[in-house]
Amino acid sequence: MEIIISNSSDKPIYEQICMQIKSLIINGTLKAGESLPSMRTLAKDLHISVITVQRAYEDLARDGFIETVSGKGSFVAAQNNEFIKEEQLRIAEELLQKAAEIGRAYGIAYKQMADILKMFYEE
Amino acid sequence: MDCNNILVRNLYKKFDSFVLDNISFKIPKGRIVGFIGENGAGKSTTINLILNEIKKDGGEIQVFGTDHTKYSVKEDIGVVFDECNFHDVFTADNIEKILSRVYKSWDSTLYHQYMERFKLPHNKQLGSFSKGMKMKLSIICAMAHRPKLLILDEATTGLDPVVRDEILDLFLEFIQNEEHSVFFSSHITSDIQKIADYVILIHKGRIIFEEQKDNLIYNYGIVKCGREKFASIDTDDYIAHRITNVSTECLVRDKEAVKRKYKDIVIDRATLEDIMLFYIKGGTA
Repeated sequence: MEIIISNSSDKPIYEQICMQIKSLIINGTLKAGESLPSMRTLAKDLHISVITVQRAYEDLARDGFIETVSGKGSFVAAQNNEFIKEEQLRIAEELLQKAAEIGRAYGIAYKQMADILKMFYEE
Repeated sequence: MDCNNILVRNLYKKFDSFVLDNISFKIPKGRIVGFIGENGAGKSTTINLILNEIKKDGGEIQVFGTDHTKYSVKEDIGVVFDECNFHDVFTADNIEKILSRVYKSWDSTLYHQYMERFKLPHNKQLGSFSKGMKMKLSIICAMAHRPKLLILDEATTGLDPVVRDEILDLFLEFIQNEEHSVFFSSHITSDIQKIADYVILIHKGRIIFEEQKDNLIYNYGIVKCGREKFASIDTDDYIAHRITNVSTECLVRDKEAVKRKYKDIVIDRATLEDIMLFYIKGGTA
């Protein structure tokens, strides 16, 4: 498992860890049932505080990506495809919103924007 | 079950020119706690009181859930001071021989593993050691009797970044065991910012805050604005301020809330060093 932390990023470190593990799960690098490094090991490897990792794991567990069994560690939860899709849809929405903002601000017609999306879909 | 390795309540100590004023804090198990403050703020006094090297005038200190004056607690504490207190004529092997008779739980194998890892010579007199080597030896000796609690007073000060990094690694390894804790004071706030779980700031013998480090660095912020804008900020919304000829800065506890409340202000992230400087040098609200 590879995690890359940027200290100059605007995103807090726990959020960076959380996002990266999510994408590792979604893209299939981490499979359901696979165990994650213990919080303490990950903190040591990343040279960060245990509490920071703990917070990332708590967020992952809350969002249903991992399960933490006390005394045993954390595991990738059996993935619900609907759930992953929803997460992805949320990301896509955000990006589309950005596109719409640019479109509105610079007077790009909706039709043109929609055609671009269509083109990408058919590519 | 007790979840703290150290519990300090209303600790009081009076010297001629300095008072440690009813301080309270705790060092939870499995955590690294950084202790910051300027020279003379009371960091070393507090550490020496915990170790019962100097006697307290009031309050309570518990180590591993029992009174700190009990002799048995020392067996489980590893201590490192800012100076290597071993005599220059000894070699590392001499020190090992002495300490192995002092601590019941002395682990010779572990000691030799650390010596190997840090590439320290066994048979050279300590007088020929560099500052970094001496500090490594002090830390090895503090850890070779398998303590549950490490207390370090300015142990990383004066060392180069490579050695400091190796030492931070050791701390992180040490707390892989959830029963262990590290309590370390340092002027080098970046070391604490890297690995500490909690941070305690002491100033003039009083505890200013005891906070989770992530809260400090993600929630606190520094507002930068002109004098006019500054006048419009509620005094309740900031902790301390600093006025220069060209701008005014103030430290806020919750930068997102401030961002929502006041439009068009610049808020930077605050480092631990910023936070410490504002508390100590800034004008209060």
